[in-house]
Amino acid sequence: MNFQQLDEMEIATNVSKISQFVTNFRENNLLIGDRLRDSSKLVLAQNDFPTTRHESWKYTRLTKLSQLSLTTTEKINSPVSVPLKSPHVISIVNGNIVDVPSIPGVNVFRLSECSEKQLELVGKHISIENDVFQALNTLYLKDGLIIEIQENQQINDAIQLIFETQESSIFCPIRIIIVGKKSSKAHFFQHFSGKGTGLTLPVFEYFLEQNAHLKVDKIQMENDESFHIATDQVHQERDSYFKINTITLSGKLVRNNLNILVDGENCETNLNGSFLLHDGQLVDNHTIVDHLKPNCNSNELYKGVLNGKSIGVFNGKVFVRPDAQKINAFQSNANVLLSEDASMNSKPELEIYADDVKCSHGSTTGQMDEEAIFYLRTRGISDKSARALMTQAFIGDVLNQIDSEEVRSYIESKLIEIHGWTI
Amino acid sequence: MANYTENELAKDLENQEYKYGFVSDIESDKIPVGLNEGIIHLISSKKEEPSWLLEYRLKAFQIWKEMTEPEWAHVHYEKPKFNDIAYYSAPKQTKKYESWDDVDPEMKETMKKLGISLEEQKKLTGVAVDFVMDSVSVATSFKAKLAELGIIFCSFSEAVKEYPELIQKYMGTVVPPTDNFYAALNSAVFTDGSFCYIPKGVRCPMELSTYFRINEGGTGQFERTLVVADEGSYVSYLEGCTAPQRDENQLHAAVVELVALENAEIKYSTVQNWYPGDKNGIGGIFNFVTKRGMCERNAKISWTQVETGSAVTWKYPSCILKGDNSVGEFYSVAVTNNYQQADTGTKMVHLGKNTKSTIISKGISAGKSQNSYRGLVQIHKSAQNARNFSQCDSLLMSDQCGAHTFPYIECKNPSAKIEHEATTSKIGEDQLFYCMQRGISEEKAISLIVNGYCKEVLNQLPMEFAVEAQKLLAISLEGSVG
Repeated sequence: MNFQQLDEMEIATNVSKISQFVTNFRENNLLIGDRLRDSSKLVLAQNDFPTTRHESWKYTRLTKLSQLSLTTTEKINSPVSVPLKSPHVISIVNGNIVDVPSIPGVNVFRLSECSEKQLELVGKHISIENDVFQALNTLYLKDGLIIEIQENQQINDAIQLIFETQESSIFCPIRIIIVGKKSSKAHFFQHFSGKGTGLTLPVFEYFLEQNAHLKVDKIQMENDESFHIATDQVHQERDSYFKINTITLSGKLVRNNLNILVDGENCETNLNGSFLLHDGQLVDNHTIVDHLKPNCNSNELYKGVLNGKSIGVFNGKVFVRPDAQKINAFQSNANVLLSEDASMNSKPELEIYADDVKCSHGSTTGQMDEEAIFYLRTRGISDKSARALMTQAFIGDVLNQIDSEEVRSYIESKLIEIHGWTI
Repeated sequence: MANYTENELAKDLENQEYKYGFVSDIESDKIPVGLNEGIIHLISSKKEEPSWLLEYRLKAFQIWKEMTEPEWAHVHYEKPKFNDIAYYSAPKQTKKYESWDDVDPEMKETMKKLGISLEEQKKLTGVAVDFVMDSVSVATSFKAKLAELGIIFCSFSEAVKEYPELIQKYMGTVVPPTDNFYAALNSAVFTDGSFCYIPKGVRCPMELSTYFRINEGGTGQFERTLVVADEGSYVSYLEGCTAPQRDENQLHAAVVELVALENAEIKYSTVQNWYPGDKNGIGGIFNFVTKRGMCERNAKISWTQVETGSAVTWKYPSCILKGDNSVGEFYSVAVTNNYQQADTGTKMVHLGKNTKSTIISKGISAGKSQNSYRGLVQIHKSAQNARNFSQCDSLLMSDQCGAHTFPYIECKNPSAKIEHEATTSKIGEDQLFYCMQRGISEEKAISLIVNGYCKEVLNQLPMEFAVEAQKLLAISLEGSVG
């Protein structure tokens, strides 16, 4: 049997895989337009779950995911637990929007109540081509939100988006569109958790108008049996500021696609992430910072600690398009492997088409500095505590990027809870 | 003659336009264009090859037929039409030369233009040159001296006849025909190349050097080089390339295999200056090369390359660090100008314990060219205490060129230490200003800065090459700064 035959066979079995996967889902009746709907259907008909032969899924196997038999549910059981004090809480349970609060200075619309005109924002900068997860989200989305920060408004308290999965084997596609109008400022706190299992498939789309200022803290701590594939698509206009911190604490397979289009001058973009993995976890961070216009800065810092049989993937890409001069783009990825069976795959990439730029990237993978551990041990600190301290210091660089004291201490408390650190 | 100095060599190299752009008029023994089993039989019979090699070629051809051309590289070009290429071309001569005087005077003239006349080379530089005119080696020098030490340095076809057991033992062990599309093609149709064997414990007293040259229009050149360094031996091997100026794209798909057995060391240096196409991106050589070395216990392989030529380059000299304590090194300067495209880098595969690798890659892009570094550092589970350091810098000389970095870093062992660094920027205005303030012209200043930037790599080259390489850099970048 030659390779071509093998390929054809694979395609044949795969196509049935995805059609099997969607059997229990119902298509939505949102006014997203026939074009978007048709192209989603086409993608699902022509493609299957990507294999490791796809460059962007090279290190992430989706076999287990494709074998899941999932359903959707309308059930909302218990009230969600809210981590922060801020009163602005939007909770989404099992993929269903529980309630939509009124926040002064902010307009919130449900996608199911939006006009066709408003829904033009859906997927505006996302290429759905060959991307089954975008297609799945678009077609089987139950509902979503458009959150609009009004012009010149500054929202002081964090807007909390609390996602909880309470049932087993459920499929939770959700789409949140965040629009930062001219000169607005807001802080979003996204929290994913829950005892339930299945696949969470959120798509976030951010539109930053001129001089808008958005900060996002994303905490992923779902059940260790659940799958999570998230897309964050960001579009920045001139003078805007965007910062996202992605902290992954648990989950069986977590994939984050973070795509930032810097489409205006004088923008600043910060993206940070950290992941602490154990057992058979897999966390895959794919980021793209695409500089289309001159005079911008971007900073990226991702740090990972891997234990057990976990697998970490980092793929960061920086584009500097022709004529996007005077760009400073920095990217850094550091990883620590704690166990024999953990593995890390790092791929920091630069694609530069302009000359007056300063771009750099760095990537390191190694282990704990035994000398530092020894130093701590001589001070009477137990081996376990010493290692915990070192780990904490290592990812502390990322946690320090979180501006909100409250969020930071919340994450620290969770880390202590999960890893049994006693500091 | 005896005081042929560095300066004179530099002067020789100071030709402005592509100086190796001439076609010498030598009657060629050329076979019809096309690629099929008949052609392979023909090549094999013309070269009077044993049947095992013909079988090897046919098997590779079968493999090749089922492969598709790779498209993942960051280059764009019109794919070669494999059926429009003549796969064999040898300067017409029936008898082997007895002495230097017997050599066709025209060919001597060509060599002179290349600046590597064997006579001169013999006397002046102490370098044994295996000169490849198109696909057949015509002269090999210093053979006797090398033979004394038991070193074998000859053309590949000669080695097939004289040392079949060595060829059979090592050929295809590092780069098997199944490796990739162009390696398979090469395995099927390779015409000649060089073979080098250093016996146990021998330190090769001189730098072995081969000058490749593509001469006949419309002929692809499929070289095959095999260097085997037996236990505890050392060899430094030089490879330099030049080609005449022409308008049609020429394909070059070479395979280089290095085998470093226990405690052996191989240093492989390349200066590549094939015709890069004219200012509008017309013509130029396609350079799709597979180079790989295998390191056994305590062995070391060091690749150094200066890449200034070719329209499209696709080249990843790699090291498989199989034995414990083995070392792999890769030093590269890649310069692209006008419409040149380069996708080059290395693969360091760490299998053994305490293996070390160093990657220093300096890219310089000018004009409208695209220059990519693509590398893989792979630490396998068995590679305890593996160590890697990579540094990939890119220098941008114009606002229309591109510089890209695609490193793949895969680690499966917690005791490994991997570092990767890359920067992209243009020449510092302040450095330029400083030089010009001291009365150095802009062009000179740039050349000075570029040379400084590449120093780490150029320092790795043997002296003869280093001078040539510096000149090449200057010539390649001429007029690129505006």
